Amino acid sequence: MSKLGRWLFGELIAGLRSEEFRIGAGNVATLTGRELSAQFFSPIAYVVIAVFLVVSGIFFGAETFQPGGEASCRALFQVLPIILVFVLPMLTMRLMSEEYRNGTIESLMTAPVRDLEVILGKFLGSFIFFLVLLGSTLIYPLLVSVWGPLDMGLAFSSYVGLALMGALYIAVGLFFSTCTRNQVIAVLCSFVLLAILTLLADYLARSFEGTLRVVLQQVSLLAHYQDFARGLIDTNHTLFFVTSTALFLFFAVKVLEFRRWR
Amino acid sequence: MITVKNLTKRYGPVPAIADVTFDIASEETGNIIGFLGPNGAGKSTTIRILTCFQPATSGSAVVAGYDVFRESVQVRRQIGYLAENAPLYPEMRAREYLNFRGKLHRMSPAERKKAIDRVTERCWLGEFVDRPIGQLSKGMRQRVGLADALLHDPKVVFLDEPTIGLDPNQIRETRKLIRELGERHVVFLSSHILHEIEQICTHTIIIAGGRILAQGSPKALQEQISAGSKLITEIKGSEAEVESAVKGLAGVDSVQSEGVDGWCRLTIGANGSSDIREAIFKLTSEKGWTMREMRREVASLEDFFIKITAEQRLA
Repeated sequence: MSKLGRWLFGELIAGLRSEEFRIGAGNVATLTGRELSAQFFSPIAYVVIAVFLVVSGIFFGAETFQPGGEASCRALFQVLPIILVFVLPMLTMRLMSEEYRNGTIESLMTAPVRDLEVILGKFLGSFIFFLVLLGSTLIYPLLVSVWGPLDMGLAFSSYVGLALMGALYIAVGLFFSTCTRNQVIAVLCSFVLLAILTLLADYLARSFEGTLRVVLQQVSLLAHYQDFARGLIDTNHTLFFVTSTALFLFFAVKVLEFRRWR
Repeated sequence: MITVKNLTKRYGPVPAIADVTFDIASEETGNIIGFLGPNGAGKSTTIRILTCFQPATSGSAVVAGYDVFRESVQVRRQIGYLAENAPLYPEMRAREYLNFRGKLHRMSPAERKKAIDRVTERCWLGEFVDRPIGQLSKGMRQRVGLADALLHDPKVVFLDEPTIGLDPNQIRETRKLIRELGERHVVFLSSHILHEIEQICTHTIIIAGGRILAQGSPKALQEQISAGSKLITEIKGSEAEVESAVKGLAGVDSVQSEGVDGWCRLTIGANGSSDIREAIFKLTSEKGWTMREMRREVASLEDFFIKITAEQRLA
């Protein structure tokens, strides 16, 4: 074990130090920067921010911020993953579809960049934008903490869970955007898949027995999120979100490669 | 600089290009290569393969010393590409866009600044370099695309229909620029406009229906095509007699005759490049025939191009 471990570690370090990795990381940073600025320039992004803040604000005002209520943001953290199902596909739909439609994909892919770098740049750009969006909700726990003792640990783990979940949503949206030049198709497909994984799977799991129930519980994103919302950062769930995000990014790279061959 | 062997690309069962082979940009061909063909001939497909945007179905291509399939990233470092209609990000300013592209080509900040100043001057971007691309006119966007293609001082520049949609003034400026580029870079430009290619290119490749039909310098092409020129003459005499006499002359390849109000009109195809006009004159005077017309129908590059374009439409 230790021999294999040392070899793997050595390979990893060598890989991180290599010229190729340095170039790749540089390209990813460049593409991320462009994507981030493109997000801030697109009118959709502002609609998304507005919708997100209004809806989460209504929930916060109606459920949490009540006189005599408990000093926690529990209700808010329960509803945010569901709001994100509607909001994030709108951010990700244009990622690749717009490049296909405008033809800019041609100048992008004839520059010395790899498919993986393009996908990672798109992903990170949107992810950072999403973190800014998520950061704007920090005002709610802050408000609560003014009026009562807030459970900081719980708020922290909930935000970790939301960030991980958002990353997966973005990866799914990016995957569908890579599949089509039509943004409407991209947004609908990602919305449907996320709705199934987040809302339907959880609901169905309760109405089935045996193996099917276990499977549904395992794919249900809300079930994986629950521990974070309870204040627990579990490696198991963290790994689930990280690997599924990686899986969808991998699919996106493969689709991008495949589209070249057509 | 560009070597292409048996390149074929199929979209489904239909080949967009088939067996395309050429070898260009050497002392012989000069630096400005024209890729001429009607719309839908396979020009863009070929360029997309050479710029590593799409892989070919079969065949091989080497650009600037690297294989486009196996060493695609290296190829992409050596080339500049202006795609058809110059697709750009409308929300960026031209300078931001060029800066972004420079970063992708791993240029340092100082190099990027110098290069952007250089291409801004070269492509007459002027103060438009600080405007958002979405606000620029079609011609100006084309220049930004061109500036992008030249930014990293590439060995080979691919221009896909660089003058399409420009006004006459801009077309003239672009041609002048391309001629200048030929001094430092290999320029591979596609066009469906014949006289554009005739004016600026040192080597022309004609493609139609996905196949290469002819290639060479404009002069060589002209000779190759005019070899098929015809001689038309009208002689008074019996059709059969005149036809057989002319057929007997040395250098005559084919004779077609038809009677036109008592005259015999002959369409004569000469063998290779031999000039048979004198022989025909001598023949008529020997036989005592009268001649009322003799003219040569020289096939021009334009006729040839129109012919292949028409053939492709029929196919």
